Amino acid sequence: MEFDISGARIFFRIPTGLPILGDILITETLVISWIVMAIITGLCIFLTRDLKVEKISKRQALAEMMVDAATNLVRNNTGGTQFDKLIPFVSALFATSIVSNLISLIGLRSPTADLSTEAAWAVVVFIMITSEKIKAGGILGYMKGFTEPIAVMTPFNILSELATPVSMACRHFGNILSGVVINGLIYAALAVASSALLGLIPGAVGDFLSHIPILSVGLPAITSVYFDWFSGCMQAFIFTMLTIMYIANAANG
Amino acid sequence: MRNIPTNHRRKIMDYTILAKGIALAGCAIGAGCALIAGIGPGIGEGNAVAKALEAIGRQPECKGDVTSTMLLGCAIAETTGIYGFVTGLLLIFVAPGMFMGYLG
Repeated sequence: MEFDISGARIFFRIPTGLPILGDILITETLVISWIVMAIITGLCIFLTRDLKVEKISKRQALAEMMVDAATNLVRNNTGGTQFDKLIPFVSALFATSIVSNLISLIGLRSPTADLSTEAAWAVVVFIMITSEKIKAGGILGYMKGFTEPIAVMTPFNILSELATPVSMACRHFGNILSGVVINGLIYAALAVASSALLGLIPGAVGDFLSHIPILSVGLPAITSVYFDWFSGCMQAFIFTMLTIMYIANAANG
Repeated sequence: MRNIPTNHRRKIMDYTILAKGIALAGCAIGAGCALIAGIGPGIGEGNAVAKALEAIGRQPECKGDVTSTMLLGCAIAETTGIYGFVTGLLLIFVAPGMFMGYLG
């Protein structure tokens, strides 16, 4: 059965002479990320047109509901209003993650099925966590924090510090990639099954019909409810929640 | 002194096929071992659901809260199982191509 699990396709390669970074690749991930950005920007512009103070439209009520939900999420998880500067970043991360995960429902390959996307988010979050820790305790306090409780534990503490962004990125990536692979396998298996079944019809009709994967309609929709909808929304929510909790933890010492 | 025949030549074996076979076998066995990591989340999430059911039994009106917290916890506990799954996927689909490239 023809089943192609290679990564995102590379559309274009701009050769540069940089030694480590290499050429600039215009991949499928990049192009679909632009589409995701366009969708989110269009949604934001649409929701914030004609804002009024009284007699608000349904559109404005929806926008206010979303802002309220984001604010309450951050405030309930950090206890207080001292992390209000996190609310825009967290909402942007959540929106990007959800729209990227759910764009596979249209047939495009999610940009989050490529580890580069999640690695970029994890690096940004790691830098924010480290900077909060350094702001809370100073550079010496940060270094000393690795030797607690005993100095022998230093390598383990460093390892667990590095494990934070790696595990956040790999958790999100693994869930989305497994959805992509299993969906691909189910489609391929159903195509083989339907071509074997329809090939039993004798003559040219059977020949022609065996190329149409009729059995592929229906079952992938049911598995996609778990893999695309539930898993996609859940992973976006977990990434966001972990970001808030790690940053709040880091600032509180 | 024994007479060693002069027409004894050492056979030169081509080990490439053997090497490719060993590499592919290693990938397959590794993929099987990687998915043993699925035991962990199964047991852990089963425990979590059991505790959640106990809590709902004791206090039926907090069902919504308990359910969403349980799902959140399960998704985080799933992480190590997903690590094993992605490793298995890479070993089945990506590693053979890579190793065949190295071995020619």
